[in-house]
Amino acid sequence: MKPRIGVLALQGGVSEHTDMLDALGCTSVAVRRPEDLDGIQGLVMPGGESTTLIKLLIRWDLVSPVRELAGAGIPIWGTCAGSILLSSEISEKNHKVNQPSLELAPVRAERNSFGRQVASFQEDLVIKGLDKPFPGVFIRAPLLHPLSDRAEILCSVREGAVFIRYENIWLSSFHPELTDDTRVHRMFIEEAVIGS
Amino acid sequence: MSFIRDDGTWKVKTGHARMLKGGVIMDVINAEQAVIAQEAGAVAVMALERVPADIRTQGGVARMSDPDIVKGIQDAVTIPVMAKCRIGHFVEAQVLQALEIDFIDESEVLTPADEANHVNKWDYKVPFVCGATVLEEALRRIAEGAAMIRTKGEAGTGNVVEAVRHARSVLGQIRILQATPFEELMSTAKVMGAPYELVKYVHENGKLPVVNFAAGGIATPSDAALMMQLGLDGVFVGSGIFKSGNPAMRAKAIVEAVSQFDNPEVIARVSAGLGEAMVGINISTIPENERMAHRGW
Repeated sequence: MKPRIGVLALQGGVSEHTDMLDALGCTSVAVRRPEDLDGIQGLVMPGGESTTLIKLLIRWDLVSPVRELAGAGIPIWGTCAGSILLSSEISEKNHKVNQPSLELAPVRAERNSFGRQVASFQEDLVIKGLDKPFPGVFIRAPLLHPLSDRAEILCSVREGAVFIRYENIWLSSFHPELTDDTRVHRMFIEEAVIGS
Repeated sequence: MSFIRDDGTWKVKTGHARMLKGGVIMDVINAEQAVIAQEAGAVAVMALERVPADIRTQGGVARMSDPDIVKGIQDAVTIPVMAKCRIGHFVEAQVLQALEIDFIDESEVLTPADEANHVNKWDYKVPFVCGATVLEEALRRIAEGAAMIRTKGEAGTGNVVEAVRHARSVLGQIRILQATPFEELMSTAKVMGAPYELVKYVHENGKLPVVNFAAGGIATPSDAALMMQLGLDGVFVGSGIFKSGNPAMRAKAIVEAVSQFDNPEVIARVSAGLGEAMVGINISTIPENERMAHRGW
């Protein structure tokens, strides 16, 4: 059976994830309504604009169903804005932040941590579990500050952590879906979706 | 161990545009409007001195916004802030980059500064969006470094007909190129006046190498959903929000309609009770030489 993996499709870089998941032999499902979550074995929260995404998650009644999914042990992976949505706390250097989140991982996401778009960058990353460097793409990216010893850091850059795993919740502040390198997607499918 | 860090790459420019997909980018003229836009769920705001409807009625030369307006808006919101420079005005573009604007719109809504050439967008770390009415125009802008394309529409009219025309033209030409035999691509590129490599890309991939948004004349949730169902990636709304009766409510309704663009029941629900839409102008009443879509080459 092909693993059935949902990708939240309210806004953001959705097709980049669904294309990669399909290419890796999964059946991807665009999630716009609660019933789209039925029968999925994993969920990806894509990059996009986190303030927009949280409003739409609330508006279309997806907050409780996604939390229930997480509680049932279904693996959920957030990339960039997606990782902000999964974090228990959200902060920003120069702005006061009053933004709700799904609070599924003990992590403080520091939004736009590297600066505005002019500071968006690419950098090769050393990721735990991968034997060769991975091409990191960071776009107005957050830094991820773990708030518990059980939040395992899988990758850091010089400013701090950018890839964290906490139980069945995965957070990456970079965008593997914007590269041709499928290793992080494969890792999520093999370790979290099939392995669980 | 630490690797080299590259900023302002094609990947992070086009990637930023990809993260805006399925979203609504709203024209704002001050911090207060920017906050309303962010609260409504906009994925970005476009910082302007005057919205296109006012540029149209007031006339005169329309230029880049005052840096104070831009900074005020940057301080007020956390979502990306875009701003417009005049076509070919590379110094306005330099200034906008110095202000650390997140995206530059080289826009026909402002008065063109160069009647032959556009800005060399490869020179900048900040990504650019440019308008296009037909595929060859889109491919020329991409060859100049544009990381995002939008329809031109006829800005400031509240009339979606031109945006639909441009969307159907670009998407239709993409479908034709896909079906064109490989050996005809070179002469097709020659006739089109578009770079061969990009013509080949479209033939092979059936899409542009960058995202393609709708802009110009979008005034209602249905207008926005129409553009999404036609196959565009997201929506710019200019005068349509803050020239309407209830901007906060209309802005939110357009965001919601775009997020569920294939669900007519949702669009019906969010379209109810929005108050007055902007009045709108019939395109045929605008003299040819005053049409913004003709600007850019």
